[in-house]
Amino acid sequence: MTLREKQLEIIDNFSLYEEWLDKYEYLIELGKSLEGLPEEKKTEDRLIKGCQSRVWLDCEKQDGVLVFSADSDAVITRGIIAMLVSVYSGQRAEDILADDFSFLNELGLKENLSPTRANGLVSMIATIRAKAAENE
Amino acid sequence: MTTEDIRSCFPQLERKVFGKPLVYLDNAATSLRPKSVIECWERSASQTTANLHRAVHQVAVEATEAYEAARKAVAEFINAAETEEVIFTSGATHAINLAAFSIGEAFLDEGDEIIVSETEHHSNLVPWQMVCRRKGAIMKRLPVDENGRLKIELLDSLIRSRTRLVCVAHVSNVLGLVNPIQEISQICHRHGVMLLVDGAQGIVHQKVDVQALGCDFYAFSGHKMYGAPGTGVLWGRRGLLEQMPPMFGGGEMIESVSWESSSWAPLPRKFEAGTQDISGTPCFVPAIKMLQEMPQNEEIKEFVYKALTAEPGIRLFGTTDDMSLKAPVFSISAEGAHHEDLALIMDKMGVALRSGQMCAEPLMDRFGVTGMLRASFAPYNTMQEAEYFLSSLRKAISMLR
Repeated sequence: MTLREKQLEIIDNFSLYEEWLDKYEYLIELGKSLEGLPEEKKTEDRLIKGCQSRVWLDCEKQDGVLVFSADSDAVITRGIIAMLVSVYSGQRAEDILADDFSFLNELGLKENLSPTRANGLVSMIATIRAKAAENE
Repeated sequence: MTTEDIRSCFPQLERKVFGKPLVYLDNAATSLRPKSVIECWERSASQTTANLHRAVHQVAVEATEAYEAARKAVAEFINAAETEEVIFTSGATHAINLAAFSIGEAFLDEGDEIIVSETEHHSNLVPWQMVCRRKGAIMKRLPVDENGRLKIELLDSLIRSRTRLVCVAHVSNVLGLVNPIQEISQICHRHGVMLLVDGAQGIVHQKVDVQALGCDFYAFSGHKMYGAPGTGVLWGRRGLLEQMPPMFGGGEMIESVSWESSSWAPLPRKFEAGTQDISGTPCFVPAIKMLQEMPQNEEIKEFVYKALTAEPGIRLFGTTDDMSLKAPVFSISAEGAHHEDLALIMDKMGVALRSGQMCAEPLMDRFGVTGMLRASFAPYNTMQEAEYFLSSLRKAISMLR
């Protein structure tokens, strides 16, 4: 799937839930099913600053695409990074850089998550973009 | 005043969040404002906007009167020996930074020592790190035990010949425990050491008499005591304040200025450079009145305390057998549920809580946690809200586990 197709799929899934608690239930499920990172990869250099919870992001280049894996000690954050990983992992660096990440607004995540969380999201996006820029 | 009477004074309690009635339990961060405070602020904005002290016109006179009436009200409220010992600031943080700078200039030399408690909010920690770095002074830690009680029995031995100052909160913003300020001040003064108290939480939950407490400085904010955000107080003993140089220059803080040098205005103006908060500061008058009229709800405090200590899988930080030493500030961690997840979910249930490090990272390290979830109550919170908080907490935990 292309990057946009994945985004549309997530927006579609997320829109099934009208109530915020149901959206959170969905994010919690996503978070719990995320594979995460082994303990030895939860290092300071993979830690994303600006999140209230701790978030680690790992990036590897394989066969011309970037493979992201990530983890967090908070499960709703894990759910959000699970969505980000499913969209951006396996994409080429130039496609990631060409994306404006506005699909998060389409999800309504940026407005409705708390400001500290929005900061965390902004930091996660910045880190994904920085990894893409390094590997372009 | 009944709880219903109290609630009718706070318009924000009528609002909803996500379609649910707001249950506001983040009072230790910022308390809500009563109508009397809002009206006071509006009166200044619509009727008495003018600069203070200097102009001779009528509006400026009225603005100055309102501002100085607040100083008098604060001085009486905390039983300051003199009204001029009350210095207005933008909040407790500003007050402590001002104290740290000026104490540093007046009293600290290289190799001198300051003792700071382990429970401190960053606002009563970082300014001391900064002044220690600037002056080559040394910061020592006064630790807490597992229950969150300050180990004041260690204070005597921590104080050495070079110790100049002890800094401690009246009530910890995380643990909600009341520290024995009188006892601490006796130890300090026996050694000729100054004592600064961060009263940001204490001013709300304790009857504060600075002379009876025996401290040398007491700092607090308006926005935690039902007053205006952006306002605060540094109280200090005249004898010390007189020896301390100002931190900021300009505006009304001068006596006279020549090209070569300046001399300072008498207290309190020496420490109040620039245009002050002419709308917010007068709000101390109605805020103090409100604070004095509202009874503290001991029943709710004990109910929540007992419920949280009895709840399986929950750890309450800051415990004591003596409920008179516990403010209605409850910081917890829950097994299998991250504090941030809990706060996010409970927000959608209408419950406003604080999560994270609570501006006290060293204390988080002390208890081996990355953060906590905090519920802090005010007299306008009801028993139903307390019950709703507990049931929402249980529901959120079950969603996460």
